[in-house]
Amino acid sequence: MDKWLSLFDGFQYNLIIFFGTLLCAIPLGLLITFCSMSKFKPLAYISKIFVWIIRGTPLMLQLFIVLYAPGLLFNTPMQSRMTAAFIAFIINYAAYFSEIYRGGIESIPKGQYEAGQVLGLTKTQVFTRIVLFQVIKRIVPPMGNEVITLTKDTSLARIIGVAEIIMSAERFSKMGIIWPLFSTGLFFLAMCGILTLFFGWLEKKLGYYKA
Amino acid sequence: MSILEVKNIHKSFGKTEVLKGIDFSMENGEIVSILGSSGSGKTTLLRCINFLETATKGQILVDGEVIFDADEKKKISTEEIRRRQLNFGLVFQSFNLFPQYSVLENVTLAPRLLAKERSDFKTNKKQIYDEIDAQAHDLLNRIGLIQKIDNYPCELSGGQQQRVAIARALALNPKMLFFDEPTSALDPELTAEVLKILQQLAEEKMTMVIVTHEIEFARNVSDRVIFIDNGVILEEGTPSEVIDNPKNERTRTFLQKLSK
Repeated sequence: MDKWLSLFDGFQYNLIIFFGTLLCAIPLGLLITFCSMSKFKPLAYISKIFVWIIRGTPLMLQLFIVLYAPGLLFNTPMQSRMTAAFIAFIINYAAYFSEIYRGGIESIPKGQYEAGQVLGLTKTQVFTRIVLFQVIKRIVPPMGNEVITLTKDTSLARIIGVAEIIMSAERFSKMGIIWPLFSTGLFFLAMCGILTLFFGWLEKKLGYYKA
Repeated sequence: MSILEVKNIHKSFGKTEVLKGIDFSMENGEIVSILGSSGSGKTTLLRCINFLETATKGQILVDGEVIFDADEKKKISTEEIRRRQLNFGLVFQSFNLFPQYSVLENVTLAPRLLAKERSDFKTNKKQIYDEIDAQAHDLLNRIGLIQKIDNYPCELSGGQQQRVAIARALALNPKMLFFDEPTSALDPELTAEVLKILQQLAEEKMTMVIVTHEIEFARNVSDRVIFIDNGVILEEGTPSEVIDNPKNERTRTFLQKLSK
């Protein structure tokens, strides 16, 4: 029983990283999208290079860099391992989300913008009242995919010493008990099952119109 | 005074000059059809007048007031462009209804958003919205789609969608309406129902510019026909002058091909 309890304790960290990352990376990703689609070219290039670096290097490496670089380079050590994990996950996932958003925004036909414009809507109104909802509908499937990946990626935080579920279970395997390690899989399966149901529901909800 | 004057409009995309000096004017209540083959510049002309493209040269006047001047030195604010744009309504070939909104919402969206800029909006909000809804109901009644008010665009036929698009443009009470090949995406049966609405508007003396390939319709409805070819107006006159007795060889071959 206490073994199960320690698994639950560990999984708390996975959940905190999961929800914290979503909460911050979803809006941050949109900001990166706007930068990379900006007409001001230097800004667009910088954000494209940023996305390239983040998507082009392992999340594991990014975790290490976020944990150690502030202390070793700037003499301001990272306050906690959890903070480091948050920062790395948020930046990493914001980069992926931004590319999903960009694909969604670019897939909206030009005619939608033009119809809004000739009806006297401002650029902001065209985006918030016409385009945004259509973008959301289109990005739900790829976002679902990414969010399910995030669920499992949270366990990477153990390599910078966050006591998440797999780290908790590993202790027992060193004591010769293997089942807790297997059981961690059940947590992820349950979580992904719930997410799959949620995204299925969301897709159905947004499926009231076709376009 | 002319309600619309288009003076020497030029438009180039890169090195390609699509419009090479277009001049025409319209009186209130007049209906002008624009004919011409694909790539002749008809659509570009409509887009320039409606601020979807910026002409490289020329002027556009509404009721004698300059609303566009390519030589205007100071940059006009987007706010001002919006205000000027509202002189016109534009109906697209591909309808461009907003798929996530119902028929009623498609028609009321822009009027509701514009109403927010009225100084009395906060005090009379409910009354203003009620008026907008009543006007939308009236418009949808006139185009015969009152029973589809809660449907979504994807549940309508192409002809019905185009009729909603016309109602949507009319809801802002524009001084004049532009149609960019409004029936080109429709089969003959659906074309007829859209043309019927245009006919109705013509009887109500709505000022309209219609880019179309429907020769018979252009003949019956328009006061004037303009034939554009290769970025210039080749021929202009009453339907019987241009369609039945074209002077220009190019106009003649175009009309022959269409009637085949």
